[in-house]
Amino acid sequence: MAEKERVGEVIEASTTTLTAQCYELYEIPPLGSLVKTGDSSAELYAIVYNAATTSLEPGRRPIARGKDETSEEAIYRSSPQLAKLLRSEFGAVVVGHKEGDRLYHHLPPQPARIHSFVYQCPPAEVREFGQSFDFLNILLNAGLPVPAEELVSAALRQMSRAHKDPRAFLVAAGKELAILLSGNLNQLKAILGRIKQ
Amino acid sequence: MSERLGIVVSGSLTKGMEVKLDSSASIEDMAVGRFVTIEGAKRRFFGMISEVSLGMTDQRLALTPPDVADPFIAEVLAGTSTFGTLHVSPTLVIGGDAASLLEGPQPVKTVPSHFSVVNLASERDVELVFGSEDAKRFFIGNPLDMETKLCLDLEEFVKRSNGIFGKSGTGKTFLTRILLIGMLQKSQAVNLVFDMHNEYGWEGSSEKGTKVKGLKQLFPSRVAVFTLDEENSRHRQVITDFAVKIGYDEIEPADISLLRQTLNLTEQATEAVYRLRQRFGKDWLSQTLETREPEETRTLLDELDIHESTFQNLRRGLATIQRLPFIEPKPPTNAVKAILEHLDRGTNVVLEFGRYRDITAYILVANMLSRRIYAQYQERMEKAMAEDTTRPTPLVITIEEAHKFLNPEVASQTIFSTIAREMRKYNVTLLVIDQRPSGIDSEVMSQMGTKITCLLDNERDIDSVLAGVSGRNELKSVLSKLAAKRQALVFGHAVPMPVAFQPREYGSAESYRGFTASGKTGTKEDIEKLWE
Repeated sequence: MAEKERVGEVIEASTTTLTAQCYELYEIPPLGSLVKTGDSSAELYAIVYNAATTSLEPGRRPIARGKDETSEEAIYRSSPQLAKLLRSEFGAVVVGHKEGDRLYHHLPPQPARIHSFVYQCPPAEVREFGQSFDFLNILLNAGLPVPAEELVSAALRQMSRAHKDPRAFLVAAGKELAILLSGNLNQLKAILGRIKQ
Repeated sequence: MSERLGIVVSGSLTKGMEVKLDSSASIEDMAVGRFVTIEGAKRRFFGMISEVSLGMTDQRLALTPPDVADPFIAEVLAGTSTFGTLHVSPTLVIGGDAASLLEGPQPVKTVPSHFSVVNLASERDVELVFGSEDAKRFFIGNPLDMETKLCLDLEEFVKRSNGIFGKSGTGKTFLTRILLIGMLQKSQAVNLVFDMHNEYGWEGSSEKGTKVKGLKQLFPSRVAVFTLDEENSRHRQVITDFAVKIGYDEIEPADISLLRQTLNLTEQATEAVYRLRQRFGKDWLSQTLETREPEETRTLLDELDIHESTFQNLRRGLATIQRLPFIEPKPPTNAVKAILEHLDRGTNVVLEFGRYRDITAYILVANMLSRRIYAQYQERMEKAMAEDTTRPTPLVITIEEAHKFLNPEVASQTIFSTIAREMRKYNVTLLVIDQRPSGIDSEVMSQMGTKITCLLDNERDIDSVLAGVSGRNELKSVLSKLAAKRQALVFGHAVPMPVAFQPREYGSAESYRGFTASGKTGTKEDIEKLWE
């Protein structure tokens, strides 16, 4: 468990989504990557669908500071407090859970708990999760603010990196999508266009 | 080792099953006429692919085709949004229920359930259906695209009249040779072949011009070659057993009415023949042709109520017959008797026509000899039935250009339609070879037990061959897709289900060995059985 990369902490949770704050500014897991939270008895799997970096206080908007600076890094160097005044957070859509050793590709009985740690899944776990494409249906129907085709294609691209033969994985996923989206050809075409290699 | 093709998605018993192809199975590997098995929950079904088509989940895909130049997209869409479908007609149940385990394949009475898996039939399955070569079954070829042997039950085959059809040049003659050999080896029947083009007896030729051996060369002790044209046979260095001569008195009025069209006779002329026969008896032909004083002729015609021009028309027609060199006033030998003697000994008789290939000679001789042989058989059979003694050896008469004998106009007058209709009652059946099956009387066609057909492309011919067969629409698509050479479709009494096949090779030294050997092992096995 130790080698798992801890990326943040849950600050808002519902049955379908969770929001986590990152420990370090800008250290957000990539769009579409698989994260997990919870303890070993009940783990939740989620896919990052959205991320934002905002001011700590909702009413205080950051101001432009770089007029006299030469580079972006220089701004942060000259105003080290910035890293503490800003925060990065990401939203993830819950796509499955694990009870004991069994992996389920459907929603968990309970939502995540606030302050539970969020980890980025290692490749082996991504491969295990990617054995079933049932999560695609959840992603397509989640009704999230990001377009479903963007989210699905990002998730598949991320997962394919954990596989030895990314193309075979994407073809299999594409076939599953072709069945799910048999009535929505344009969406299918859009996703296939985004995952083709 | 079975290859999965897809799953059943819909269908009915009468219309056949729709099968959706798996994405792993390429539609281009499918072929009409191939065998498949459908693994139902309780039974295994055996059927044939009768149609291959393309389907798509969304019709809009056809309007805005995706970019299939991209292999990734092509691969994803294959088998999912775009897929192949097969139309399979299940014909038999093989295994699964008690009856099919005990008695072999049974006809289908139901359909497999939804999403039953469809596999390409294995060699073992095909063997289960078509049997393997044994004492009764003869290997006639391989089902298309398969290595398995297709065997025909020749005991069953010869029990009914059969037909071989196909356009000219599609391999009818080769197929007939194979079947004749089969009958010679595996059935109790003897053959009488009216060999119009001298192809079956001693040797024939292939389309490439090479010579192929005839029956006599392969089975010298079991085949006798009779000839109508001794000179021609000598010329071709054929060893003949008998030269057939036909006497005037052997020609009957029925033979003349059969030849009405070819001899260009009027209706009245053919009727006059019967009156002349009544007047002169057996000697009517020579009497009619005899030159008389005009006065004498007039008296005769008045007496018989025949018009002068009718008589002239008849004389012209009869003169054509008279000019045939094998027709003699008083022949020294009796051809019918000689043929029967050979047939009784179990020797197959091939009658070569030599140079007399015109249809007049063929119709006249075939009809006349068959009529008399059939009459003999009828007499013997009735006697055997009455006295409960051994019945005569089953006889198969092979005729070519059958539509000339069996067309609706003359069928009632020829002996052949009687044979075809009465079937095995008198142990005589027909093997009909023809290129225009539509010309054959439908009543005769419907009585044929097994039909083997090579490529036909005339709509009427196809319809007439397939008339009355269940699943004829499916068979039609198989039949019209046969290759122009060496492919045929067999269906009917002697096979459990229709099958497209490639006839076995005929013409190479190896193939001859195959033919002669399969007969010999039979005897060897029989001897071994005796010692057991």
